[in-house]
Amino acid sequence: MLREEDKIFKNLYGHEDWNINGALKRGIWKDTKQILAKGSDYIIDEIKKSELRGRGGAGFPAGLKWSFMPKDSDKPSYLIVNADESEPGTCKDREILRNDPHLLLEGCLVAGFAMKAHVCYIYIRGEYYSESSNLQKAIDEAYEKKLIGQNSCDSGWDFDIFLHRGAGAYICGEETALLESLEGKKGQPRLKPPFPAGSGLYGCPSTVTNVETVAVAPTILRRGSAWFAGIGNPKNTGTKIFSISGHVNNPCNVEEEMGIPLKSLIDHHAGGVIGGWNNLLAVIPGGASVPLIPKHICDTVKMDFDSLKDVNSGLGTAAVIVINKSVDIVEAISRLSHFYKHESCGQCTPCREGTGWLYRMMQKMIKGDMVNKDVDKLLDVSKQIEGHTICALGDAAAWPIQGLIRHFRPEIEKRIINYNNKRKVA
Amino acid sequence: MNHPGMVNTVNNTDSEIFEWSQENFEKVKKIISKYPVGRQQSAVIPVLDLAQRQNNGWLNKNIIEKVAETLSMSFIRVMEVASFYSMFNLKPIGKNFIQICRTTPCWLRGSNDLLEIAKKITGCNLGETSSDNKFTLVEVECLGACCNAPMIQINDYYYEDLNQENFESLLMKLKNNEKIIDGSQVGRKSSEPKKN
Repeated sequence: MLREEDKIFKNLYGHEDWNINGALKRGIWKDTKQILAKGSDYIIDEIKKSELRGRGGAGFPAGLKWSFMPKDSDKPSYLIVNADESEPGTCKDREILRNDPHLLLEGCLVAGFAMKAHVCYIYIRGEYYSESSNLQKAIDEAYEKKLIGQNSCDSGWDFDIFLHRGAGAYICGEETALLESLEGKKGQPRLKPPFPAGSGLYGCPSTVTNVETVAVAPTILRRGSAWFAGIGNPKNTGTKIFSISGHVNNPCNVEEEMGIPLKSLIDHHAGGVIGGWNNLLAVIPGGASVPLIPKHICDTVKMDFDSLKDVNSGLGTAAVIVINKSVDIVEAISRLSHFYKHESCGQCTPCREGTGWLYRMMQKMIKGDMVNKDVDKLLDVSKQIEGHTICALGDAAAWPIQGLIRHFRPEIEKRIINYNNKRKVA
Repeated sequence: MNHPGMVNTVNNTDSEIFEWSQENFEKVKKIISKYPVGRQQSAVIPVLDLAQRQNNGWLNKNIIEKVAETLSMSFIRVMEVASFYSMFNLKPIGKNFIQICRTTPCWLRGSNDLLEIAKKITGCNLGETSSDNKFTLVEVECLGACCNAPMIQINDYYYEDLNQENFESLLMKLKNNEKIIDGSQVGRKSSEPKKN
């Protein structure tokens, strides 16, 4: 269990002021000048040593990513904060954006300075209207107090932060689609390479990074990388906001240490599974895109990147969707298939055509209206979508279905037999 | 999915020419100044959003042409943005644009029941606008407030922690032109664990 004094997000629930006065009281913007005075190499090195991994889903080491930015370039560099939170189950960044926006803004300055960027765009999903108005007010306050703008925090570094609202497209959470969208185009992902650090926004060096990753950076630098690395497990360090939703008694966001056992996360913070632990059917541990895990794995699994990878799933955004025995698991997954069908940008054929086909097959599977061979075909087609598209949306559409078949095949086959028997009688 | 934001054709029967209001014209200039000189195309999403607000929540051909002219873009580049993003409506909507989240976390907690209640009270099927123009009812994909599920969005605001009773009373208030308060409908501040 995470100790109270180790929490980074002290106003996660908005019980205190989110504005500048509240932020200053919580120690945000304190001695930011001294942090910057240590230089960009120091900052990147500390983030590397803290072993912070990106909080947006992929878990790439943050310090390493920041170090990819060119040290001297004749083009301007950009920091882009990905606040397009749309992964089903995930609602952690929303709480940072509306309840502690200054924590993010300070992180932007520190991260931007470290990667030699003078301009930062925060791309927030369009539906987050009240969140974006809080954030815009916080940006205005920071300009007024000269914390950002010319000579930010009296450090000699000029740094501008602009808020950019999206307009409702899940795909814009993919970093290159986000860049396209920010350039005023349809949000369709770009081929990589070139990677954004070489050629990103307007063809200039850019780094796209998640809200939570940026927001924890100043605290790591204040308290030291050793402190952060000391929480959790090796290679899976620090604190993390978990969003627990679905069939639990008290759905909530909670900051906990990496590697907390799933069972204690659910029992201790979310008031347990509705109907008790034995009523648990499965958990989707990292947002819609990762394969589900059935109860017997949930009994013991730890919530970090590597432990969940070992059980063929993933930490993703750490959005825990709890499913109990009261619903049909096939329909739960088919709803996700509908999501991907709706959000596919249409650029790559395997995804554009495949997500629709997967959804139609899932609709049949709900009834059992197929033969056993179709389940193998479904698995086969999902493997042909996975890895054959420009971005990871194709993979994300395939994985939930693969997870379902891996763990619930007997249930699916039973359903097929029942349906076909009924049809024979009729 | 039947949703005015998912329409791919533009309505050009409306003959009225769209002009920016003085206030919005100033806002457009401010938005464009956020981006480097010559990169005004970046402003297309916020500028379309502003235009949609000025036109009661939807975009027609004249408006898209105006936005193209404002940002020195070709019509088709603005049109493809307007049709790609689901928050741009290419058909008129009612005064209260009711968007029910249908994705798994909300579905697990009863979003289907909300849909039935909404259909009953508004008298609309999915994608329809009521005859008094008070409601448009749609289903949308995950709105990112899953710890407060089930939830819906009405116009700009989120209404969270819904159940059959409080959702029914929320819609009845709208129907009777009473004021409603956004956020959690069971008194939570945000997504903290509820006190037992």
